[in-house]
Amino acid sequence: MSSFEAHFQHRQSAHCESGVMASLLSHAGLPMSEPMAFGLASGLAFAYLPIVKLSGMPLIAYRMPPKHLIKTLSKRLGARLNSRTFGNPEQGRRELDALLDQGRLAGLQSSVFWLPYFPPEMRFHFNAHNLLAFGRDGDQYLISDPVFEEPVRCASADLQKARFAKGALAAKGLMYWLDDVPQQQDWEKLIRQAVLGTTRILDGMPLPWIGIRGIQHLAKQVERLDPAQAKYNRLYLTHIVRMQEEIGTGGAGFRFMYASFLQEAGEKIGAAELGEASTRLTAIGDDWRQFASACVRASRSKGEAPDFRPIAEMLRGIAGQERALMKELGAWSKRKD
Amino acid sequence: MKLDEVPQDHSSTYGGHSKLVYAVDAEGHYQRAQSDGWEPEAYATQLAVAELEAQEAEAEAAWQRGELSPLKCLMYRYRLDEPALAQITGLWQWRIRRHFRPAIYRRLSAAILARYAEAFGLPVEQLIGYQKAPA
Repeated sequence: MSSFEAHFQHRQSAHCESGVMASLLSHAGLPMSEPMAFGLASGLAFAYLPIVKLSGMPLIAYRMPPKHLIKTLSKRLGARLNSRTFGNPEQGRRELDALLDQGRLAGLQSSVFWLPYFPPEMRFHFNAHNLLAFGRDGDQYLISDPVFEEPVRCASADLQKARFAKGALAAKGLMYWLDDVPQQQDWEKLIRQAVLGTTRILDGMPLPWIGIRGIQHLAKQVERLDPAQAKYNRLYLTHIVRMQEEIGTGGAGFRFMYASFLQEAGEKIGAAELGEASTRLTAIGDDWRQFASACVRASRSKGEAPDFRPIAEMLRGIAGQERALMKELGAWSKRKD
Repeated sequence: MKLDEVPQDHSSTYGGHSKLVYAVDAEGHYQRAQSDGWEPEAYATQLAVAELEAQEAEAEAAWQRGELSPLKCLMYRYRLDEPALAQITGLWQWRIRRHFRPAIYRRLSAAILARYAEAFGLPVEQLIGYQKAPA
């Protein structure tokens, strides 16, 4: 193991993309926590997309789509993002090896299903997982997978299969790395810009499926569930829970991670308003967790048909609180003082 | 979520791993914390897995009875459904459904079977072997 590999620090993260970006930036000399990477890229969102189906269920996302964090964050920080996809898998492997042999870190997009180090029950066909390769040892790659506690190893044939898995969101071997990361940043400006971006995504889109309106839309769908379709209802409600909690979100569909960002950002630039917003978002996150528990309780209940109205009301309560919070954060981000 | 509320429900779905979550300490400061499981989340995961396993078992029984080709059973075993399999193989869904019929399956070319083999991560010889009617 070379000295370079020894000084790369693996850090466990809640979410893959923010974790990879935090590691890449920290390694390039700009210390960055995962919540900061997530918040500065305006990663928080909500979307209910009935047209995109995941095993017959609508896509429910609590964050911006894949690659948003990578692109937005590099742009805002003024770092140069290099990225490559490959038509020929063999070339993809050679270029990864060449980058690693130069002592560089390589961000990779891959499928979750074909990574052998994932526990079987966590494996599903999601092609937009992100991980870092930081070295090679014989036929194995040294991998810093952000959602794992420790670095892992992956045989080259397995990594190859995962990088070039076909299907929705196919990675086509996507490989990315950062150059010229400026060490000096105007944090005040960055934070205001990022917070404003998030308020616009959550409460400024003229579409009924995105942001606060998306949450209200989901409430309506939950309310309309037909009590006679017990099996479908169970799968539908637990599907929401899986989207919110299972797929590395740091708890409550990224709300806790974003609250952590608000706190850290507030301390960094001395803005007490952000600290207060963080406390409120933590409470909203707790409501999201309660909502998830209620979904599971309703799925479990045997015998008489569950009443979905209180669950829908919880969502409307959350939507109202997030809207109020976004209004205040929007006003703060535009204030000049 | 407070640090002492971070669930440690030892969920089997985590496969012995812990996930990172963000929670506040007694002073309201955010900290990184590990969770080795949360019961409601594990229930949701297990329900989804059980659903796939039930579909797989049903398709496998139908294959053994000679009513279906092995493709439907393998599709569920590798956590796929018809739209996902269609995207990966580049075949229309109606063609895939047609290939679920044993008589059609037995006549499939090695080239078509190779597409399925890649989707499932299996050697194509195995799928060719299944073309001989189950003994």
